[in-house]
Amino acid sequence: MGVLLILLILVGAVIIVAIGIYNSLINLRNRCDNSWAQVDVQLRRRYDLIPNLVETVKGYAKHEREVFQKVTEARTQAINAGTVKEQGQAENMLNGALKTLFAVAENYPELKANQNFLMLQEELSGTESKIAYARQFYNDTVMKFNVKQQVFPANIIANMFNFKEKEYFEIEVPEAKEPVKVSF
Amino acid sequence: MYEQIARNKWKSLFLIFFFLCLIFLLTWVFEKMAGWGTEGLVLAVIVAGAMTFVSYYSSDKVVLAISRAKPVEKKDYPYLYNVVEGLAIAAGLPPPPCYIIDDTAPNAFATGRNPQHSVIVVTTGLLEKLNRAELEGVIAHEMSHIRNYDVLVQTLTVVMVGVVALLSDWMLRTFWWGGGRRRSSERGRGGGAAGIFIIVGLVLAVLSPLISQLIHFAVSRKREFLADASAAMLTRYPPGLASALRKLTADKEPLEAANKATAHLYIVNPLIDIGGSVNKLFSTHPPIEERIAALEKM
Repeated sequence: MGVLLILLILVGAVIIVAIGIYNSLINLRNRCDNSWAQVDVQLRRRYDLIPNLVETVKGYAKHEREVFQKVTEARTQAINAGTVKEQGQAENMLNGALKTLFAVAENYPELKANQNFLMLQEELSGTESKIAYARQFYNDTVMKFNVKQQVFPANIIANMFNFKEKEYFEIEVPEAKEPVKVSF
Repeated sequence: MYEQIARNKWKSLFLIFFFLCLIFLLTWVFEKMAGWGTEGLVLAVIVAGAMTFVSYYSSDKVVLAISRAKPVEKKDYPYLYNVVEGLAIAAGLPPPPCYIIDDTAPNAFATGRNPQHSVIVVTTGLLEKLNRAELEGVIAHEMSHIRNYDVLVQTLTVVMVGVVALLSDWMLRTFWWGGGRRRSSERGRGGGAAGIFIIVGLVLAVLSPLISQLIHFAVSRKREFLADASAAMLTRYPPGLASALRKLTADKEPLEAANKATAHLYIVNPLIDIGGSVNKLFSTHPPIEERIAALEKM
């Protein structure tokens, strides 16, 4: 009788611990999704700003057709990206294209004095740093989630209920602290 | 981090309780001396309760009013709001509204009672004199204060210290003049007046070191280092804040809207000209050189 009771208590304890782990995994997964939503909001905000920017620059620099095309293409690609990894690659391309656009803008003094252009530039670099911060927050959350799935004994529960590790959102950030600004 | 939050909540609770008792005691003593009976006791309870309640819910507004800070909209200060919103995302907090003090001395602080009810205040000088990376460092420092609930302790301290100072001042005046008049008209009760003077003197003697102790209790210097470290973790760029701190101290302009009760809120001490031992008693900020050195080691 005593042995049975001890066994019962042990099984009960194991179940309670398992429930705790399962719940914290679910909680972390939701936090990952939520922080990805934050990234997404900022990315969309940037996609919305880009056409305005292109139009404004076009008004002063009609002949730079190639650059506009590159930016527009990169934007479309970024919007249609599926996985987190693809998104990261598309964002890298978009960053590069935007950099060339701003480099081109440097050659047009009247454009640089345009109030609308300055405002868009501030909005864009603001959004860019928000993307960076949202990405940082997302990656931190993903790391917590992934680590939790790897350590013992949570890995047993994670395997049992088929939890998948999340992908990090990676973007190359050469001068992370500087807003897009290039001078030749 | 979570330890710090828990400690700050305990501290606030203690501050509130301490304040409640003190106000109760002060009002009660005052009314006793004014010759009131049981109704005085009831009134003391009501006054103490009401003041504590008000100080919890509106001390941030009091602080903003004292500092002459004005709310600003995003469309007028897109640059400031972009930086603040970015760091709110990094810290995982709701973006706080921004206030501005129209003063060329660069400085900043945060106030509020929890992350949902907090604001960030900067001077116009700060916006003019810092570049983006530096401003991000400063805002990240304030965001850490909000996340760690430092704002609650600091803001409560301002109002409570202010109220205690005001009350003791008021009591002194009342009994000084009131007692003097009574003594000249009714000579027979001179003994009572003398007793009152002794009590008032005692209360004041107890209060003044208590006020400075209260500030010290609430604003441990470690908290500034901690906020600097969290700021570096948010921006992932410690040199930004380090260079901002260097610029802020190099600026020798005092901030007019700051006083002894609010000085400990600011990122660097806004009271520059006052030196001497009295100021040391109120020194609530660790030396800037140490903070910069700590940031550069990261």
